[in-house]
Amino acid sequence: MKYIILLFLTCLSLCLSQAILAQTASSDPPAEAALVPSEPPAPPGNLTLKDLPNDDGHGIAVKWDLSPDDGAGAKSVISYDIYRSLSPDAPDSLWKKAGTVVLGVKSYADKGNRESDNDDYLPKKTNLYYRVYAVGAGVRSVAAAAGPVQAYDNWFNTLKVPELIFCVVFLILTVRFINMAKRGIDLYVRPLAGIEAIDEAIGRATEMGKPILYCLGIGTAGDIATIASFTILGRVARKVAEYQTSMIVPCIDPIVMTIAQETVKAGYADAGRPDAYKEDSVYYVTSQQFPYVAAVNGTIIREKPATNIYLGYFLAESLLLAETGVMAGSIQIAGTDQVSQLPFFVVACDYTLLGEELYAASAYLGREPLLLGTLKAQDYLKAIALVCIFALLALRVFTGADVIHKPFDMPWW
Amino acid sequence: MTSKTAMRILTAIVALIFLISWIMKSGSGMSDSAFTNVRDGFLVTFAVFLTLSIFSFLYRDNPFYKFAESLYVGISAGYWMCYGFWSTVVGNFVPRASRSLSEFFHVPYQEHADHILIYIPIIFGLILLTRLLPKIGWLSRWSLAFIIGATAGLNLTRYLRSDFISQVSNSFIPLFVDWKGVGDFVNHISLAADGQFIAILSNWVIFVGVMCGLVYFFFSKEHKGAFGVASRVGIWILMVTFGASFGYTVMGRISLLVGRITFLFGDWLNIL
Repeated sequence: MKYIILLFLTCLSLCLSQAILAQTASSDPPAEAALVPSEPPAPPGNLTLKDLPNDDGHGIAVKWDLSPDDGAGAKSVISYDIYRSLSPDAPDSLWKKAGTVVLGVKSYADKGNRESDNDDYLPKKTNLYYRVYAVGAGVRSVAAAAGPVQAYDNWFNTLKVPELIFCVVFLILTVRFINMAKRGIDLYVRPLAGIEAIDEAIGRATEMGKPILYCLGIGTAGDIATIASFTILGRVARKVAEYQTSMIVPCIDPIVMTIAQETVKAGYADAGRPDAYKEDSVYYVTSQQFPYVAAVNGTIIREKPATNIYLGYFLAESLLLAETGVMAGSIQIAGTDQVSQLPFFVVACDYTLLGEELYAASAYLGREPLLLGTLKAQDYLKAIALVCIFALLALRVFTGADVIHKPFDMPWW
Repeated sequence: MTSKTAMRILTAIVALIFLISWIMKSGSGMSDSAFTNVRDGFLVTFAVFLTLSIFSFLYRDNPFYKFAESLYVGISAGYWMCYGFWSTVVGNFVPRASRSLSEFFHVPYQEHADHILIYIPIIFGLILLTRLLPKIGWLSRWSLAFIIGATAGLNLTRYLRSDFISQVSNSFIPLFVDWKGVGDFVNHISLAADGQFIAILSNWVIFVGVMCGLVYFFFSKEHKGAFGVASRVGIWILMVTFGASFGYTVMGRISLLVGRITFLFGDWLNIL
């Protein structure tokens, strides 16, 4: 008897599990017969399709009018499902679900993948067809269908017009000030304590007969702080060659090392001492942050440089380097654009260049027309930003007009 | 006693402690396999040795720190070389270049990839390697020029949006929040965090901080008079910000130290 009961219960559980599995099927468009039978909501209307603007050609903008049952009554719509296919007559299994939006939303940006072997691949310049369903509780409306539409890549991104305007303004200012500098007009740059100390620091190293350590940070050759540091490295290398001191430049990136070698070699050549340049003075350590710091710390403690210069992109290793320099008794000049690391440099170093002062330092040191003109243009751009903030805020305070965000927020039109 | 002798005695003591720790950790292992217990015991003991070797730098430079440093640098350089080969050459180039190579390295061949365009960065990379040959090393400057120029140009719009336009846009905050007149403001003044007074005060601090901070970074004018006062206010606000950031980051660093101490006292000494 117990075996019969066991057999009956096994058959019952098998039947129930099959029913449960059928109801929790995958995200493929379910056949309407599998849904719990109920009155479906009205479909969305006026489905329109167009190419998604400002993209790389793998996006379609889908818009529709809300279903009359959107959030209302027993047939309340709770979401909309959007499907995409290459043919209007494709079977349900070939309609790819592009996305789902909640009730009240009447548009969807279908941003497909650009790789053809990706599941979500959306081909460009190919006819595409869309269906939008209004989905209720366990039911779905008939589809609102539209097509064909094709996705195209765009040459111009209108969302970046504010950047274009600022670039044009900056370019005009830069060219103007470079021309002024070339004509010999004196362009004032306020003194920067950290930069004025570099000459003194190099002199100190020469007197003590100890080397100078120049650390470019852990950035790559594409980081702006590293690029600014290259310019200063060239000036420092020239001074070091003139004073006949030695230099140590440990690098974390092979490309940075290559550029640093070229820069230092050029600095020595400018000073008329190309023979004094030692290739081993600029070397690659490793590409990881903390092993690099361990090696540089060891160098600082063993070589005991008289001057440590840290200019570039730094992260957590900033305090490790600066504290080790203090232990070694070096004079330290630091500069970075990383706001999170500036406190450590300010605390542990003798001179610190804050943020933009690092970029200004190269112009201040060399006083080349190209760099001076760029620095002045930056200042004028800052002044424009100051005036903009002040004027538009005053407008908002006294008139309440909320025109403030329009010139700057996306999309612009 | 000379320093050499002292170092020899110290090394012998360290070696003895290492051995004792290894034996004890192997003996207290939880696995049924003796080899696994011995291996795990060695790894934990070696990790402790390296941790303490690095910490010894706080006292002064010594051979243990030099050993740990050299091991760390060497392993990291070797790891990155292998990682660079498998992620860039095998992961990026091989699937686009050749079907047979893809099969050799067991990576999926990309049928629709830009098979010709992929050779442009390859050529640039090979040109970069000409640095190793002094006679044609000058060719590498072309690759370097492309790297710096391209990344600076690409970063221009990115930083212009994130570091300038967005910052300016976010500075347009209301200076008078829910303003219904001076009388209403005075009657309802309170120090509640979500109250009107704190909201107005916060916005004014942001406004003054941004304006004075921008004035500080103005290089074209000497900081004198009213300009100098604004600049001084700016640097004070910057320093207060740095102080807060310093304290916050130190908390994070202390938590890293706690992690290491937990390893030493927990996993090694089994005290915690």
